[in-house]
Amino acid sequence: MTQPFRLPTAGRLDAAGTVSFTFDGKAHAGLAGDTLASALLANGVHLVGRSFKYHRPRGILSAGAEEPNALVGIHRDPARKTPNVRATVQELYDGLAAVSQNRWPSLAFDVGALNDLGAPFFSAGFYYKTFMWPRAAWERLYEPVIRRAAGLGTAPDQPDPDRYSNRFAHCDVLVVGGGAAGLAAALAASEAGARVILADEQAEPGGSLRFEDGAFIDGKPGWEWAQQTAAQLAARDNVRLLTRTTGFGYYAQNMLGLVECLTDHLAAPDPEAPRERLWQVRAKRVVLATGAIERHMVFPDNDRPGIMLASAARAYLNHFGVAVGRRVAVYTADDSAYAAAIDLKEKGVEIAALVDLRPAPQGAHVDEARALGIEVLAGHAVTGTEGRLRVHRVNVAPVNGGAPRRIEADALVTSSGWTPAVHLFSQSRGKLAFNEATQRFLPGQYVQDAVSVGAGNGTTGLGEAIAEALQAGGKAAKEAGVSKARAKVPNLEAGSTERWSSGMAGAAPGAEAGRKAMAFVDFQNDVTAKDIRQAVQEGMRSIEHVKRFTTTGMATDQGKTSNLHALTIASEMLGKPIPEVGLTTFRPPYTPVTFGALVGHGRGALFEPTRRTPIHAWAEAHGAVFEDVGQWKRAWYFPSGGEDMHAAVARECRTVRQSAGIFDASTLGKIEVVGPDAARFMELMYTNPWQKLAVGRCRYGIMLREDGFIYDDGVVGRLAEDRFHVTTTTGGAPRVLHHMEDYLQTEFPDLKVWLTSTSEQWATIAVQGPKSRDIVAPLVEGIDLSDEAMPHMSVREGRVCGVPARLFRISFTGERGFEINVPADYGLSVWEAVWAEGGKHGACAYGTETMHVLRAEKGFIIVGQDTDGTVTPDDAGLAWAIGRKKTDFVGIRGLKRPDLTAPGRRQLVGLKTFDPKTVLEEGAQIVADPNQPVPMKMIGFVTSSYWSENCGRSIALALVENGSHRMGERLHVPMEDGAIEVEVVPTVFFDEKGERTNG
Amino acid sequence: MLLIHCPYCEEERPELEFRHAGEAHIARPENIAEIADEAFQRYFFIRANPKGVTFERWRHIHGCGRFFNAARDTVSDRFLMTYRVGEPKPDLRKIDRK
Repeated sequence: MTQPFRLPTAGRLDAAGTVSFTFDGKAHAGLAGDTLASALLANGVHLVGRSFKYHRPRGILSAGAEEPNALVGIHRDPARKTPNVRATVQELYDGLAAVSQNRWPSLAFDVGALNDLGAPFFSAGFYYKTFMWPRAAWERLYEPVIRRAAGLGTAPDQPDPDRYSNRFAHCDVLVVGGGAAGLAAALAASEAGARVILADEQAEPGGSLRFEDGAFIDGKPGWEWAQQTAAQLAARDNVRLLTRTTGFGYYAQNMLGLVECLTDHLAAPDPEAPRERLWQVRAKRVVLATGAIERHMVFPDNDRPGIMLASAARAYLNHFGVAVGRRVAVYTADDSAYAAAIDLKEKGVEIAALVDLRPAPQGAHVDEARALGIEVLAGHAVTGTEGRLRVHRVNVAPVNGGAPRRIEADALVTSSGWTPAVHLFSQSRGKLAFNEATQRFLPGQYVQDAVSVGAGNGTTGLGEAIAEALQAGGKAAKEAGVSKARAKVPNLEAGSTERWSSGMAGAAPGAEAGRKAMAFVDFQNDVTAKDIRQAVQEGMRSIEHVKRFTTTGMATDQGKTSNLHALTIASEMLGKPIPEVGLTTFRPPYTPVTFGALVGHGRGALFEPTRRTPIHAWAEAHGAVFEDVGQWKRAWYFPSGGEDMHAAVARECRTVRQSAGIFDASTLGKIEVVGPDAARFMELMYTNPWQKLAVGRCRYGIMLREDGFIYDDGVVGRLAEDRFHVTTTTGGAPRVLHHMEDYLQTEFPDLKVWLTSTSEQWATIAVQGPKSRDIVAPLVEGIDLSDEAMPHMSVREGRVCGVPARLFRISFTGERGFEINVPADYGLSVWEAVWAEGGKHGACAYGTETMHVLRAEKGFIIVGQDTDGTVTPDDAGLAWAIGRKKTDFVGIRGLKRPDLTAPGRRQLVGLKTFDPKTVLEEGAQIVADPNQPVPMKMIGFVTSSYWSENCGRSIALALVENGSHRMGERLHVPMEDGAIEVEVVPTVFFDEKGERTNG
Repeated sequence: MLLIHCPYCEEERPELEFRHAGEAHIARPENIAEIADEAFQRYFFIRANPKGVTFERWRHIHGCGRFFNAARDTVSDRFLMTYRVGEPKPDLRKIDRK
């Protein structure tokens, strides 16, 4: 537990704050303030994972959010196993347990690494080409094997026990990124009086000041200024400083998604505290200070553990006090890597060589490096590396020919330049512009109220970046309409010895076209320069196609270090300039976001509302089994005495037709249509005629969409000249009201009609069966229930159990029946009274399954089950419900469309199986000839199918081509174990003459 | 999530309170039962779906319940204006496009 690579003279961590952790079970020590990556490096551990496809040993590439390689599992407890955590952002805590991924049996010896030997077979697109035949092998062999071999971490196997919270926030100015530019912008905006939110992904703001020790701001070292400024901002009433908070998504109208990590860095988090918090921020102005991301060099075998970004080596050295090696080589094509060599050298780390691809690099940094005794090999390239689990040798050769050299080194740091992090700008739908001079994509035309500052905007000098950010912060406050916005923008003197130049993108010498080298572009998806070229050779022209064919940039890091390399290589191969090849689209999230954070509290019982009827508790107490119908819980059937579903439903069906049954129909949609023009409006909304419907009578109505297809149905009662009680299907209530409101407000605004949803105001109790009148009669006051006074399809207002009621005489069973509507608060007590009366007549309570069977015995359709949005009234055998004399209703023109009037459409019919005991499967397809070759011509399908206790056989409804002309025909329902023979019959299976409604 | 200005409530409310209701300014033909197939096709099926400014209907369904019209840029999702049912289709040249 010695941390041999921790330097006593470097870094900002307190050497006394020792923290212990394990990696693959082995105990190590780190310091408070470490990331897992810095702590591993302090212990000399570079090998942390195996790559996705080839299982090549991989180390730590970066020191930040862009990390593609160092993904580990963090196992807090059996339920808290987080896969694919970037070791470079995971803060160390005491007792942290990390495990490596994608290796078996161990990280150092991994059987899957055989894939590396087979690399020629696993090149770009292999997935699409190799495993085509035989087809069955895909599911059983190829996919399971590939999925196991190629992959990252394992998903947790237990429900997530953590809580996640969610907040909305509004502000004048949101600053994303708390580096030098972001802090300066927040400073200026808040001094102007704006309400500011500043979000930074790190535990401590400061951005690249973390490693740029040549930076001075306001007379202080950069990092010190950043911490003081952050503290100053946090103390302001008008500033909310969010650390460990990533701005991951930029949505319409300046709404941004931020995710704040609250407990993942703690050793013993309060189990009641939320793990993460999702912020949905609406900002008047957004300042994007997202910085830039360093790119690696693309050269042969550039992926060995110990090879990392130059800026990462500086961060580990200057902030964490960790040397990434004892003898470090540097490979660069730009100026910024010189600082890494100089910093390391000054802290006593040996620099094996500084290899610079450029023929004659010049400047103070080159002189300084040479003055420190660093060997600068200008015009040289790294042509390869050696070392199985860690780099130990770097092969170098002059670019223009000459003797190669083998240089011993235990680390190699590289830089090919910096890519501005324009992800959020691009997500905001802003247009990126390619800057030829610096070979960068920079924010171009803005679509939203945002501005980019600093390195993310291509402003690379520290002084310029801070000046730009101060201006932008002040301007944003002003544009946000802050009334006390003072014109004065604070002034900050900044200076830096940091050097920047544009660098290069694409493959370096040794990885050019024609070479077999494994020169990685995208580490996480194992994509090499050769793969990109192969994609172009095989015909991919757009970068979008290259991306999908090679999977470059499609891993969880979304190609933060690799996209520009891939684009450059593709553009070279295509012989087209980069802007013409195009850039792939940046999409949220910027870094991976947990589902927990997005879902927040909305899971389990809080996922969506559960609707229960007033009679729910009674049904529960009487042993009902419930089914979900939309958001409703409906009693499905009422088993008694150990009955299974089949027996319970058979008994309920029998009882209803022999004596009576009581059914909770409260979920039915109800709409009150009122006004002098109510009848005219009903004429327009439904196919049926309504003007002549007498007060006190009911009619079955069909509602169409304008295209002529059935949209909803239900019984409508006319309570007065100007008042209709409309019922809709359970699921259809909201959309039917919406549909009615649409026409009333926008097409027929002159009609004097008011619509009110009354679905939840009325409890509806159906009493059906020969004894129904006997059951209802003792409870009803003021209504004559005789057939003469109250025939089938009529409605009366009166009292039931002393409660104001609307009593319908209607039937969805074919039996004599009533539906009692009482105010919902009285629903349960009226139900109990009806139940008590029913008991005297042998009635049962029945559920939705029996309701379905009984209506199918009568051939009554259920919209959405026997119709599917392509069924006309004629198809459903309901042409009688269309008012033939009417000149207008919604759907009248649609019904005349040629396809809807053509003969041979699928029409609703009944089916009887030849074996009465066979119950068809709903949804099963129907064919005329079961012996025809596959694929067979399907002429229809089963829409409803049940065992009918009352018919003593199975019954079914189906939509069949030309069905109404096929009565008596034999058709077939092919199933896995043979075709079932059926006969086409009328849709009414029971009481064909319909005598029982008065029986 | 969009913020939408309801021209009846006269304030901006979150998108959750609204429901989109298709393209605006498509009047149902008065003599709909009589129109030819082509006219019905134009009325019922054909929509502009432009890249740029679109005129569309919204309903403040979890608010005042009213339908209204909006001009929105489909590239930026920016609402140029919202206006009440019955008001004429605005002249694009006169709308502030910013």
